Amino acid sequence: MSTTASGLAQIGKSVVIKGELSGSEDLYVDGQVDGSIALKGHSLTVGPNGQVKGSVDSKTVVVQGQLNGNIQASDRVDLRKSATVTGDIAAQRISIEEGAYLKGKVDIQRTDAK
Amino acid sequence: MSSVSQTFMKLFRGSSGPDSIPAQSPQKLTRRSSGLGELSRTWESSENLCILDLGSTSPTNIRHFTGRGHRIYSEDLLTASTDPELATKDEQGAAILDSRKFLADNLVYPAAHFDAILCWNLPDYLDESLVKPVVGRLWSVLKPGGMLLAFFHTRDAGPDSPCHRFHIVGADTLEMQKIELRREARRGSNSSAASDGFQLQRVFNNRHIENLFRDFASIKFFLARDNVREVLVVR
Repeated sequence: MSTTASGLAQIGKSVVIKGELSGSEDLYVDGQVDGSIALKGHSLTVGPNGQVKGSVDSKTVVVQGQLNGNIQASDRVDLRKSATVTGDIAAQRISIEEGAYLKGKVDIQRTDAK
Repeated sequence: MSSVSQTFMKLFRGSSGPDSIPAQSPQKLTRRSSGLGELSRTWESSENLCILDLGSTSPTNIRHFTGRGHRIYSEDLLTASTDPELATKDEQGAAILDSRKFLADNLVYPAAHFDAILCWNLPDYLDESLVKPVVGRLWSVLKPGGMLLAFFHTRDAGPDSPCHRFHIVGADTLEMQKIELRREARRGSNSSAASDGFQLQRVFNNRHIENLFRDFASIKFFLARDNVREVLVVR
């Protein structure tokens, strides 16, 4: 795992990780992760070559590659046009580009304004 | 086995091969839908419904339902049915799709889970061996009183009627977009399918449709101008 100049932790496309990942910084995954990812309060980006098999829990989730697992985002989920997601999505906001593939439930969880 | 799969999938998708011209950028057409209009009254007057969309993933539909506080499930059954691993043969040696395997991988939900199911034109384009098993599963995952909307071509539509995906843009208005199988390539099947569309498999007459949904409590037909019958069934 490397860190870019902007401080973003990055898993390169040749890297394969098996097991749970957790952290307190933003993460970019362009490799393969077989296991859950928990980044409370931070963002996860699955790059175009990224393959994640496991549940994801973070503030924001951006998917450009493949994600096989449930997504729980305290803020937003962004599925880009090349995304393939198999799993349920729970978030406050969701954005899905035309061309993205989703097999699963979308549940928008609103915070009570009262 | 791979050659059986390839032959079968070629039959299923029509005769165009790897040299086919790539699909043009799909145009969107708008059509009025009486069936959707009737179904819309349900989701406009209720909250927290559970809706299953069986068409290609539609950001528009997802936005439409989540914006109204409903939960939407998206499952592209037509694309799922192109999985080459489903290809098998029946007792007479004819190429079929393995409906048991298909239902083990798809439409896996608790019984009586959904308030509404958007089937769109799925039965017209789905392989014959999957149609009845799929409708049986849809019956079981739909709540009693829940509604299912499906579209069927009439004979006048012709055998080359393109397969569309449907986006809900109003209470009774749909935007139709010709389906491209771009996603299929990502799902691991042969890349030639990427530029092919789905082929109309059959034309159901009214009696066939009634038989198909015979386990449901009621069925209502709406004849549209574009050689399509809309069917709204209630479990």
